[in-house]
Parts: sequence; structure tokens; C-alpha cells
Amino acid sequence: MTAVRRHGLGLVAWLAGIVFFLPIAWMALTSFHSEHDAATNPPSFAASLTLDGYREFFGADGGASPWPALANSAVASVVSTLCVLLLALPAAYALSIRPVRKWTDVLFFFLSTKMLPAVAGLLPIYLFAKNAGMLDNIWLLVILYTAMNLPIAVWMMQSFLAEVPVAVIEAARVDGARLPTILARVVAPIALPGMAATALICFIFSWNELLFARVLTGVVAETAPVFLTGFITSQGLFLAKVCAASLVISLPVLAAGFAAQDKLVQGLSLGAVK
Amino acid sequence: MTATTTAPLAAAPPRTLKRPPARLRAWATRAPLLPALVFMIVVTQLPFVATLVISFFDWNALYPKARRFTGFDNYRQVLSDTDLRHSVWTTVLLTVAVVLASLVLGLLLALLLDRRFRGRGVVRTLLIAPFLVVPVAAALLWKHVLYNPEYGLLNGLLHYVGGPQPDWISRTPLLAVEASLVWQWTPFMMLILLAGLQSRDQQQIEAARVDGASDWQIFRHLTLPHLRRYLELGALLGSIYIVQNFDAVFTITSGGLGTANLPYTVYQSFYQAHENGLASAAGVLVVIGSIVIATFALRVVSSLFREEVGRS
Repeated sequence: MTAVRRHGLGLVAWLAGIVFFLPIAWMALTSFHSEHDAATNPPSFAASLTLDGYREFFGADGGASPWPALANSAVASVVSTLCVLLLALPAAYALSIRPVRKWTDVLFFFLSTKMLPAVAGLLPIYLFAKNAGMLDNIWLLVILYTAMNLPIAVWMMQSFLAEVPVAVIEAARVDGARLPTILARVVAPIALPGMAATALICFIFSWNELLFARVLTGVVAETAPVFLTGFITSQGLFLAKVCAASLVISLPVLAAGFAAQDKLVQGLSLGAVK
Repeated sequence: MTATTTAPLAAAPPRTLKRPPARLRAWATRAPLLPALVFMIVVTQLPFVATLVISFFDWNALYPKARRFTGFDNYRQVLSDTDLRHSVWTTVLLTVAVVLASLVLGLLLALLLDRRFRGRGVVRTLLIAPFLVVPVAAALLWKHVLYNPEYGLLNGLLHYVGGPQPDWISRTPLLAVEASLVWQWTPFMMLILLAGLQSRDQQQIEAARVDGASDWQIFRHLTLPHLRRYLELGALLGSIYIVQNFDAVFTITSGGLGTANLPYTVYQSFYQAHENGLASAAGVLVVIGSIVIATFALRVVSSLFREEVGRS
């Protein structure tokens, strides 16, 4: 292959990367413009920068503060992720290190629940929540997000735990180590990076979720994506504010996503691709 | 582990340590599994059974007293309602278009990223970023910041070349939704296909090259067959996620201009029209559609899985 061609294709790759990233870069730039500069045609690339968009998003002009929604999202995502790990870890253990009979069937049952569209169970869950007085309650979302992410976590954790060499476990056992010691000293160090990636991916899915949050929460338990739906109808000049809001609310996901970059495919493909 | 680099698909087989015959031991083995299993059945399977039951009732939430069993009436109504039929068609169109476009783009990008060049890591990061924007935020970005006919970026850039200034969302509403989804899902396809490309047998490719095979021949006869299952997996997983898409339709067009897909229609018929029975019937139809896709998806995943178990 000629050098020209190799460099040429590298250049094409760079170009593609820039094109795909352009909307995000433009969003970031616009969020630092004044509302007036944000709404010009042709676009003002070199307009002066300001934090007004962020100030307005955080409620400087008497608008609704996003903090309660951000706090709700944080609770729903973090707590549901912890619940997922708590349930998935023993399950994955029983599907890999010390497998139950027909463990593949169980694994595929978990996968099949992921393929049931959320919208199919939405109405009964709504009716149940209404009758049980759990509408607009963040803990209902915690339960639902746990169920939403559990199959992914079981699949990922199963594949990570399966990487623990059985000979090492046997050796520890022969040396007289008991189960808790084996789990803490042998299994955990090998499975921890995978667990961290699993947690980050569950966090992302919970943070992003809109349909359940939109239907089941109102004023009190509103999450960040529901807060964003307040920007669907235009409100005069508000582009800088929209960009600031979108960016701030996406930041946790961007951070978690880049942190889990290497394991992202595995989580998204439910463990099918490593 | 070296095994993971040569065999990138699915989990290695679990190893049996010791299997005592006693029944108690069998339950002790099962015990760690039970909380997760019971939780999943209660939270995901029961509501669906309830949906199935409700779908056979004529039930408007505003007139709870008039609730009665109607058999398949709701299904008949859903299937004969032009709006609902249209939303079935929209769902198919949206899913197929987005999956195909992002799969082709993802393949091209994966092929570009599979070769060494300066700054490959940076480009990879730039390309993943769209997938890591909160879906509602991404939809808002496209709706207000890119598509806005007066000061959106697209028309702003067209302005420089003296192009037209179309109102993107009202002229091509479905395409507008699709474009934003393709932007978000191409990175997903790229990541899966890149993993596929990197699991190719390099020695085989070298051997083919030594034997005088051209790049195109190698791609056509070695790479593409190897990628087939990754392409299938990407298409199926993409379909499962996009069939259920709600965020983009809700945000960009609010289901208007003929872009309402089934999830949006289900949402609307019970959240706004309070037609519980109809909404459930539509929900059951979504499930039947998903089961068709899911059966294929499970088959692909399971064949990848068995191959992996067999290999190690």
C-alpha cells in the first residue's frame, strides 16, 4: 500500500470524526454565546463568550431550578445501579463459577426479558403505581431501572467471572481458603474492572431513560431527561440555554461512557461481543 | 487473558468445581440466582401478563364503570384504525432506515479505524461521542440547534454556499427524526463491527496477501464473511433498541406530521386518550413484532455463544 493512500485514508477518518463531532462542538460553543449571538444566520463563530446560558439554565432568571431533577436522576441511577450489582453478582456467580444445571437456559431467559419492549408493561405499571400511591415517587423508578439493567449486568458479569481461571480457585481451596476469602482474594481482583464497566453502563442507561420517567413522575420525582422535555417547544431566544442544559445533563453520561470505553461494546451487545 | 484476544465472542464456559449430589447442595447452588430471577419475573413478566388481560377489555380510564370484556375487539380496532396502521408502518420504516443507514456508515467508519494512522484514538473518541449524549438532549440539539429554519446550523452552513433555506422538520419530518437517530446509532454499529474486524485471523489475511489477493478480494472473501455475524448482531440489537424508540419522536416532532411510531402511539392512547384497552392491544402488537425480531436475535447470540463455548 502506498504511503499517499495510507495518509489519505487517515485524513478521511479524521474528517469523518470531525463531521460526527461537529454538532456537539457547536452545541458546546453555542452554550457559551449570548442568546442574541446564538440565533444568527449565518452563524456567529467568533462571538464573545459568556456564561449567561448556564446562569439561566440554573434558574438565575427565576426559571425552574434543574437541581431537584439532577438530584432525582442521580438517586435513580446510582441506587438502581447498586441494586443491579447486588442482584447480578450472586446470579452471575451461580451461572459461571459454580453453575446451576441448565445455566445457559437461565442466561437466555435474562436476555429475552431485555427484548420485551418497555412500552408493553407500561400501562399495568402505571395503574399499579396509581393504586399503590407510588406515582411521582423516585423509588418506583429505582425498581424499574434495576429491572431494565439487570439482564445486561448478569450477562456482562457472567462473562467476566467466567474469565477467572478455575485452577486458581482450586489451588486456593486446597490451601484451605474458605469461600469468602476466595471471593475477596481471587475472584474480586479479576472481576473488578469488569464490574466497574458494568456499573458505568447501567448508570448510563438509567440516566438516559425517558419513557418511564415521563409517564410515572410529575413534579417531585422529575428526572433530568424529563426536565429537558420542557425545552421541546420553542421559547423565544433560548438556544444558549438549551445547549447549556443539554450539555450539563449529558456530562455524566459522557464521563461514564469514556471511562467505560473499552467495555462499552460488551455491555451494549449484552455481552455477546467482547 | 490471551483467550479473550483470539476469541472475542461471548463468555467462556463455566467450570464445574465440585458437584455434590445432595439436594440441599443443589439448592445452595441455586440460591444466589434466585433473588435476581424472582425480581425479573415479578417486575417484567407480570406487567406483561396484565397488559395481555387488559387488551381484551373495553376500558377507558375516564369511564371506569363502563369496563367490559370485548374479546378481540381492541385488536380489530387497532388493526383497522388508519392512524394506528400508519404508526405500524412508520415504526417499520423508521427502524429499517435507521438500522441500515447506521450499519453501512458504521462499517465504513470501522474499516477506516481498523488501520493505523496518526491520532486514531482521538478519532475513535470523537466518533463515539454522539452515542454518549443523553437521547433527549441529542433530539433537542437536532430540533433547535441544527434544524431550526431561521438560525439553525444546517441552514447557516447552507447560507455560505448560497443554498436554499428549507424548514427541515416540516418538509421531511420522518427523515429529520431518522437523521438524528443515525447520528446517534452509527457509533454503536461502528464499535460492534470494529470488534469484529479486530478479531479476524491476521495470519490468514497475510497468507492471502502473499498469494497475491487484492484488498478488495480480501475484503469480499475473508473480511465480509467473518463480519457477517457481527453485522447481523448489530442489525438485530439496533432493531430492538430502535423499534422501542420514544425519545426522538417525542422530542423532535411530538409524534406529529406522520412520525408517530408504535411506542409513541401506545403512550398517547393511554396517557392522553386514556384508552387502556386499546393501548394494551397496541402494546401486545409491539411485543409480537419484537418477538419476531428477538427470535432471530436470540438465535444469532446463541450461535455466537455456542461457538465460543466450543472453541475454548
